[in-house]
Amino acid sequence: MGAPRPQRPKASIAIERIIEFVIRLSGVSAVFFVAAIFFFIFREAVPVLWDPDFDFAEFLFSKEWYPTSVNNVRYGTFALTIGTLSVTGVAIVLAVPFGLGAAIFISEFCSPKIKETLKIVIELLAAIPSVVWGFIGLTVMSKLIVSVTGTAVGVNLLNGGFILALMSVPVIVSIGEDALKAVPDSYREAALALGATRWETVFRVLLPAAKNGLLAAVLLGVGRAVGETMAVLMATGHAVQIPHGLLDSVRTLTANVAAELGEAPAGSSHYRVLFLTGVLLFAITLVVNVAADLAVRGIRRK
Amino acid sequence: MTRNRIVTTLALSGAFLGGTLLALFSPGCGKSGGGPAMTTIQVRGSDTMVNVAQAWAEAYKVAAPNVGVEVSGGGSGVGIAALEKGTVDIANASRNIKPEEAERAKKNTGKEPKEFIVGFDGLAIYVHKDNPMTEISLPQLAEIFAEDGKLTKWSDAGVTIPGASDDTIIRVSRQSSSGTYEFFREHVLGKRDFKLGSRDMNGSKEVVELVGSSKTAIGYSGMAYATPAVKILKLSAKPGEPAYEATVANTISKVYPLARSLQLYTLGEPQGEVKKYIDWILSPAGQKILAENGDVPLNPAGATK
Repeated sequence: MGAPRPQRPKASIAIERIIEFVIRLSGVSAVFFVAAIFFFIFREAVPVLWDPDFDFAEFLFSKEWYPTSVNNVRYGTFALTIGTLSVTGVAIVLAVPFGLGAAIFISEFCSPKIKETLKIVIELLAAIPSVVWGFIGLTVMSKLIVSVTGTAVGVNLLNGGFILALMSVPVIVSIGEDALKAVPDSYREAALALGATRWETVFRVLLPAAKNGLLAAVLLGVGRAVGETMAVLMATGHAVQIPHGLLDSVRTLTANVAAELGEAPAGSSHYRVLFLTGVLLFAITLVVNVAADLAVRGIRRK
Repeated sequence: MTRNRIVTTLALSGAFLGGTLLALFSPGCGKSGGGPAMTTIQVRGSDTMVNVAQAWAEAYKVAAPNVGVEVSGGGSGVGIAALEKGTVDIANASRNIKPEEAERAKKNTGKEPKEFIVGFDGLAIYVHKDNPMTEISLPQLAEIFAEDGKLTKWSDAGVTIPGASDDTIIRVSRQSSSGTYEFFREHVLGKRDFKLGSRDMNGSKEVVELVGSSKTAIGYSGMAYATPAVKILKLSAKPGEPAYEATVANTISKVYPLARSLQLYTLGEPQGEVKKYIDWILSPAGQKILAENGDVPLNPAGATK
């Protein structure tokens, strides 16, 4: 049979096994954590559903949020849901064109030197803590909005949306740029060879080729906007009402939980309803994600 | 690729949310720790009192270098909720503890909360300095702030705000964990609820700041928070009755309709360093600091000297 194949030392094999196991564990842990968070939030929220005083339809569709009323407690989150959706909507309308535009510019049009600088600056933008963004909204942006529009109060829907847009742009840019970079150079070369201009290359070739990644970039931006708490708590004015314009103050689901959970006695209906708000937020993100997943499949099938 | 991204999105948003929730309901940092050399007293609660509580903590460092006092705000409700769980030594409150809160504290920790009145405060009604109004009555305030209240525009109250195109009254209120919020509801609104759509600020100072930056705003906050950008309205109990300014003298004589006491709560009779600290707050040295912060001391004649 000839000489035996050289064997690696047993220790090295064992170590490799362990490392493999650890890596696998960290991969699976993400799933575990999501499941655990689901479990704990549901566990805290669910008992209120059997409370005779609690009406689920009122929770979803009433705009009256009176958790600490003396004689008529009402838990209606409709105004808060609208608050979350409207702030996110404003943020996305502002952030997506800027974010994708910046991603296209960085990936396709600028010189390597500018590219490096821009990427560092944008990463820096992503590293600014949300409370600092909130502070900017509360002080700088609110004064700016008052002086430009002449409205009475500067902490409002527009302010919150703008701050959230600034926070989601870095996410959209860095992931969008990755998606464009992942398009093989042969596509670009082929387009050039066919006589396409740079714009035609971008719009007809690169964007269709990178659409999944770009959609993911936008979605992560949306996720950032929906889940953000501190910055919107400070910048939106924290008023329970359905906004009639960009200059009305709103309150979001997240900000409401942050402001009220500290004083809600553990186990009380108020406390459980706040956890139910958490479940509602989960549901919103889930719907967004599933819808996007379906959209991507739809695009892919064509 | 997309699948992974979506899982990541889910995980991220979940982690964000979960983190927010968990961070909030985890019962703060541990109880007074440290070795025998250093004792830490945990104080939490009223935003109205957070300034004076911090001033006390600073000054107490000099009086007793071996004791550290950690102060945080959040609202009277937050402080009392922490006391119920036994995670703080002292809860500051600008309202009285409710029977059910005392009940829960006793059930959780086996100890009865004990109250120490440390000073008084007038709850001031703030408007922008350009607002021509000079006085207001409690029923008028209720019509502005309460659910189904009739006053929604300044013109309804017979006031014209110079230079404001839209004279809708902007109500500036507090978040529901605030003792000031509860005190205002109890003493101004009675059994009624707040009208929705008020700007609910997270601190006494923020209320005054927002009122100062908006000509059509009205808000309530501790009288110690006045700035040059705002004006404090005189307040009468009923229309036609004399209105009083929110001054130290009027708060002491109780003619000001929204005078209230500021208190500390401990679990059971305070022991050791906590007892020493409260004794010091009640002493002339502690009371002087309270007076310097714009609140009203227990014995004004003695402390301001």
